[in-house]
Amino acid sequence: MDLAIEVIKVVVVLFGVLNLAGLLTWVERKQSAVMQDRIGANRASILGIRAFGLFHPLADAAKLILKEDFIPEGGNKVLHTLAPFASLFFALLAFAAIPFGNILILDGKEINLQIANLNVGILYIFAMMSMGVYGVVLAGWSSNNKYSLLGGLRASSQMISYEITMGVSIMGIIMVYNSLDLQEIVRRQGELLWGFIPKWGVITQPLACLLFMTAIIAETKRIPFDLPEGESEIIGYFTEYSGMKFGMFFMTDFVETVLAAALMTTLFFGGWQIPYVHGNSLTIVILQVLAFTLKVIFFCWFFMLIRWTLPRFRYDQLMRLGWKMMLPLSLANIFVTGLVILLWN
Amino acid sequence: MRKEELTFWEQIYIPQIYEGLKVTARHFFKNMKGHIARLLGKPVKDDETVTIQYPEERRPLSPRLRSLHRLVKRADGTPRCVACMMCETICPARCIYIVAAEHPNPDIEKRPARFDIDLGKCVFCGYCVEACPEDAIRMDTGILEFAAYTRQDMIYTMERLLANEPMKITSQGQRL
Repeated sequence: MDLAIEVIKVVVVLFGVLNLAGLLTWVERKQSAVMQDRIGANRASILGIRAFGLFHPLADAAKLILKEDFIPEGGNKVLHTLAPFASLFFALLAFAAIPFGNILILDGKEINLQIANLNVGILYIFAMMSMGVYGVVLAGWSSNNKYSLLGGLRASSQMISYEITMGVSIMGIIMVYNSLDLQEIVRRQGELLWGFIPKWGVITQPLACLLFMTAIIAETKRIPFDLPEGESEIIGYFTEYSGMKFGMFFMTDFVETVLAAALMTTLFFGGWQIPYVHGNSLTIVILQVLAFTLKVIFFCWFFMLIRWTLPRFRYDQLMRLGWKMMLPLSLANIFVTGLVILLWN
Repeated sequence: MRKEELTFWEQIYIPQIYEGLKVTARHFFKNMKGHIARLLGKPVKDDETVTIQYPEERRPLSPRLRSLHRLVKRADGTPRCVACMMCETICPARCIYIVAAEHPNPDIEKRPARFDIDLGKCVFCGYCVEACPEDAIRMDTGILEFAAYTRQDMIYTMERLLANEPMKITSQGQRL
């Protein structure tokens, strides 16, 4: 019985994440089109039904699967194949620690709506996201292509630089909510500040929210921090990839976007909390899961909005922003948070 | 070149990002409103998502548009052209080639044995239509798509030109 519940949770989360990631390829096209006064892709059809271009992700998948899988001469076959898998695997694994609902009590049985109830959930997620660097570095290294290697180096240095800011900016949240367990952090965000403001992370830690959001966009390698990939202009680490292996890097991108949205929701926007609504009856829990999903979708939309608004950073600007501005700011944030907590008590 | 000094707020970058996001979000919501209105069959303003889905939908054409040529027929189906060579002479692109022959009817002097227009050369100036004394050539078919895979296919012979129909005009003076 317990095993069945666990399996159902895993299936539900994987189903949700992978579908949302697949759908995001469509959203990316359509949203950019709507933002730029265009119509967007709408030609793929099945039996004459177009469904607003919703079949384009299917057509893309069919194309990518049928394409030749090319491994460059002199490239390391094992590592070249391993890289996209590593990339996608760790991105998906990180979802295990994200709580998508309150503890549900059914027939006196407690069901924690979180796949892995880790008491160091945040550390686990950051560990998994850091492992994503391996996919990038391996892809660059095993391609036997100098440009890919440089792209891989660029990507890994960017990811490592921004991971520091990401980790440090999250310290404030850990200090405020006094826990590393994500479920506990979300539960604490349901409390009210001065009796009427929901104690969401964005209210207690506004600067950390901004820094974390910037860092996580850099971590997902999307515009304005997309120079490791630079789809057509700068040669990136997956230059030598084709077919579904390229598709997996592409999917990693969207899975990471969903992950970033889920993390933003969990840490700064109250997770599954609906303000002023408490309890764990079935109806409320379902509403909470819905609220969590809506928040995640909102952040996916918001990241797309940023992605189609801002221009790309130059490499030196990227490094300067990461090391000279965001890191000191996040350290200052920890100091101020500590001071406030000390004076508060 | 003088480097432009940025103010403090511009250097902070966040207000600027906010302004940018405001612009793009405004476009997003305005267009979304237009898309939904169109989907529900409500009237859509001109500046909201007007895109004509080309092969299925077409822009209305002006009746005086110069499009693919056609040769006008007599009542018996033969070309009205008398092979006077006026159009061939005036054509600035020299894309018309006519071979004249004797007409069986003694009242009519000549008939074209061949009448070829090379659309690869034609510049659509409409001089041939202006020059024709018999109103035998017109450019009112409304056909704009005549791409071909070979140069040979771009040459329209008399049979093909005779087969073209004039475009249908609505009461508003637009092509259907």
